[in-house]
Amino acid sequence: MSNDIAIIGAGMHPWGKWGHNFVEYGVAAAREALADAGIPWQDVGFVSGGATVRCGYPGYVAGATFAQALGWQGCEVNTSYAACASGSQALAAARNKILAGACDVALVIGADTTPKGFLAPAGGYRPEDPDWVRFYLGITNPTYFALYARRRMDLYGDTLEDFAAVKVKNSLIGSKNPRARYRKCFTAEDVAASAMVADPLRLMDICATSDGGAALIICSADYARRIGKADAPRIAAISTVTPSFASAVVEMPDIATDSAAAAGIEAHSFRAALPVKAYEEAGIGPEDVDVAEVYDLSTALELDWIEDLQLAPRGEAAQLLRRGDTAVGGRIPVNPSGGLACFGEAVPAQALAQVCELTWQLRGECGDRQVAGAKVGITANQGLFGHGSSVIIKR
Amino acid sequence: MNEKPQAPAIEGWFTMDDKPRLIGTQCCACGTYFFPKQQRYCKNPDCDSTDFREVQLSRTGRVWSYTNACYKPPAPFVAAEPFEPYTIAAVTLEEEQMTVLGQVVTGVNVSDLKVGMAMELVLEPLHETDDDIKMTWKWRPLAEQGEQH
Ligand SMILES: [Zn+2]
Repeated sequence: MSNDIAIIGAGMHPWGKWGHNFVEYGVAAAREALADAGIPWQDVGFVSGGATVRCGYPGYVAGATFAQALGWQGCEVNTSYAACASGSQALAAARNKILAGACDVALVIGADTTPKGFLAPAGGYRPEDPDWVRFYLGITNPTYFALYARRRMDLYGDTLEDFAAVKVKNSLIGSKNPRARYRKCFTAEDVAASAMVADPLRLMDICATSDGGAALIICSADYARRIGKADAPRIAAISTVTPSFASAVVEMPDIATDSAAAAGIEAHSFRAALPVKAYEEAGIGPEDVDVAEVYDLSTALELDWIEDLQLAPRGEAAQLLRRGDTAVGGRIPVNPSGGLACFGEAVPAQALAQVCELTWQLRGECGDRQVAGAKVGITANQGLFGHGSSVIIKR
Repeated sequence: MNEKPQAPAIEGWFTMDDKPRLIGTQCCACGTYFFPKQQRYCKNPDCDSTDFREVQLSRTGRVWSYTNACYKPPAPFVAAEPFEPYTIAAVTLEEEQMTVLGQVVTGVNVSDLKVGMAMELVLEPLHETDDDIKMTWKWRPLAEQGEQH
């Protein structure tokens, strides 16, 4: 068990559209995580930050920025960029640092302030940039999520009512989460009345972008024992695999998939590959999972993730939803935090926010949102440029 | 009413004849197709070739999925005023085993499409400039469903 890394502290600044500097959110999350762990900032030997390329200039959203804000104390530092999976890569870097024996305690941190409006590419004539190409041809972010959603409808018989039911489920549980941005309980009628964005997805099927900050304090098993937290949740696996050629699904910002025409090449789904490595590393299977936090960039995408995590056979996630299996109180609750539907996406913080929620769930501290007896939790997310992750924690 | 000449919206990405085709490349060693063109290195992990030939891709395929755009995209998209929603399809080319996105021709709605439908590639205006009409590839349902070339 000496290879176990413990999560002894978790903290989040509430998600919202606060418009403040992202450093403020990170500091608040870090201080909450330190207080939760009951250790002084001076004990942290490694700060591992999730990066994004916004907010001022590239390189500013970094581990060192938070270390400075908390007060330079000479610890080592790291910054990871992996789009939506930035937080998981930062977590992996911290875990490996501790496993290598180079430090006992690490702070893993991510925070973001998202800019207003559409994220559009630079102008001009730049056909070498896939982002320029797809916007020029009229392909926006919701296009991709709508393509995945429509395919579910035609192949598996999913309905608009199913997608709305995901929103209703997540908004109900998220209304009980003080850290969530959207805390109103929405009805199926509310979803149906919202504007169509990309058929079949309406405004309320698609997640927003938010400000937020999340932090974890992780440490060696020895250190956890020394401070009386031997039973803290453990990191059982961190999967940050790349896709395998050839891509089966057309991914943002591309205009086409890979070709699987060469001998010996098959088309692979990236989303489905991410948890496979996590299950393998943790030495467990989907049947052992009690709770999942998945990246519901759209309502329909939550159903895709349920199948990618093998919590339901392909095409059957909507049946779980209709039976109430994926709600808190059901057989396999998904997104008990309220998910991105209630948070909105704060890219470098989001993968860590997923782990924060699982940490609190496994400690049984979630009150009205608690998944009874949760011992094993899994996260999943996927972002731009072949980045994605899946983390398993257990207690 | 419109005397302007037609020009490709993106130079060299498709032919401009009445049976248009997308122009990609194919790895000379392993046969992998690329669209947009890839000419420097092969992305097949089993192949280290740097040798590519330019090829015209199949001009028919089957719908992988479809949607529409109800809101005007930001620049560099050039929208007509007032903005008219348009349909979008992802179409899988059988020989290339590749799925390509594109708008669907004007007049075809989401309700007209289904996963698996046969589609063909045609050209339609994307937008106009002072000098010419920028043409792009679009997908159109094949008149005779069930057949594919
Ligand atoms: Zn090759």
